Amino acid sequence: MLASLGLILLCQLIGEAVVRGLGLPMPGPVLGLLLLLILLLARDRFALLARGPLRDDGIETASKGLLAHLSLLFVPAGVGVVQKLDLLASHGIAIILVLALSVVVTLLATVLTFRLVSRLLRQQDAR
Amino acid sequence: MKDNPFSLWVYLSQSPLLWLTVTLLVYASTDAVSLATRRHPLANPVLHAMWIVGAFLLLTGTSYTTYFAGAQFVHFLLGPATVALAVPLYENRKRVVASIVPMLVALVAGSVIAVVSVVLLAELAGLPRDVVLSLAPKSVTAGVAMGIAESLHADPSLAAVAVILTGIMGAIIVTPLMNRTGITDFRARGFAAGLAAHGIGTARAFQVDEIAGVFSGIAMSLNALVTSFLVPLAVTLLVR
Repeated sequence: MLASLGLILLCQLIGEAVVRGLGLPMPGPVLGLLLLLILLLARDRFALLARGPLRDDGIETASKGLLAHLSLLFVPAGVGVVQKLDLLASHGIAIILVLALSVVVTLLATVLTFRLVSRLLRQQDAR
Repeated sequence: MKDNPFSLWVYLSQSPLLWLTVTLLVYASTDAVSLATRRHPLANPVLHAMWIVGAFLLLTGTSYTTYFAGAQFVHFLLGPATVALAVPLYENRKRVVASIVPMLVALVAGSVIAVVSVVLLAELAGLPRDVVLSLAPKSVTAGVAMGIAESLHADPSLAAVAVILTGIMGAIIVTPLMNRTGITDFRARGFAAGLAAHGIGTARAFQVDEIAGVFSGIAMSLNALVTSFLVPLAVTLLVR
């Protein structure tokens, strides 16, 4: 468990260091995600890597534990709304409406594009 | 102690321990309510934890900075949790690779619409320029959106609030909206949830369906990449 958490942190650390060092326009943890994914794929190919947290579902269990309470992690930033009460008093309704409309439009555009493209691909395969 | 009955409160209210405990306990209760209502969208645990903790801070006159000194230990885990998304991605890699084309097309369409729609609507609503800029990155996860807002000289803390509000509204609306469209493809539904509503949408997607959760996590990570490029471009083109 400890080694698995350590490996997750190490991936993030390398991600942050590379992003900062090279000035990449991407968040460090996303690069960390890619690193861990590559590590997991490499483990299947090279038995040498299958040790420590990469053995017996160690990293799998730790990651699922973290993800089980993903929404909890947003509470501290969300409580930050108390700092913005004066802005919300003057523009709150407009901001909420703008965000709500935009999220509905985004959800629909994404899901419909996904369906449309996968249907087109299936028709092509059928031919 | 007898001289000043408030000295214990004064001590505790300044310590990280109290605010970490409050955050965990309030969330544990709102999550229990959410579970008891069989994950009803309106019983969203983040939404209710947020206003309960917020009200508690206002009632006790505690500053957000003091609160955050305790809550930062929870906030910090957002980064490691993003890295941990590699595991469900790895376990479902075959399904993911099989739908790579619809995913990438939907990513481009969705992230462009996410940014363009919010900027245009906010301008239409006559919001001040710095508010428009702070709302623009609202569909990506908090840390990234704050970074984007900073680079635009907008308000990072407003950007974080816009991100959380978007996430909560997306998580509440996604299931009824998708049920109404009649789409039962959980890859597509999850992908839309993660793209539009980042981690809060992803947490919601994992509650509904494992595959939806995986696709949501991918959408959230990819959108963080695309939006970092997109927002500065959209702002130059669209904001007066």
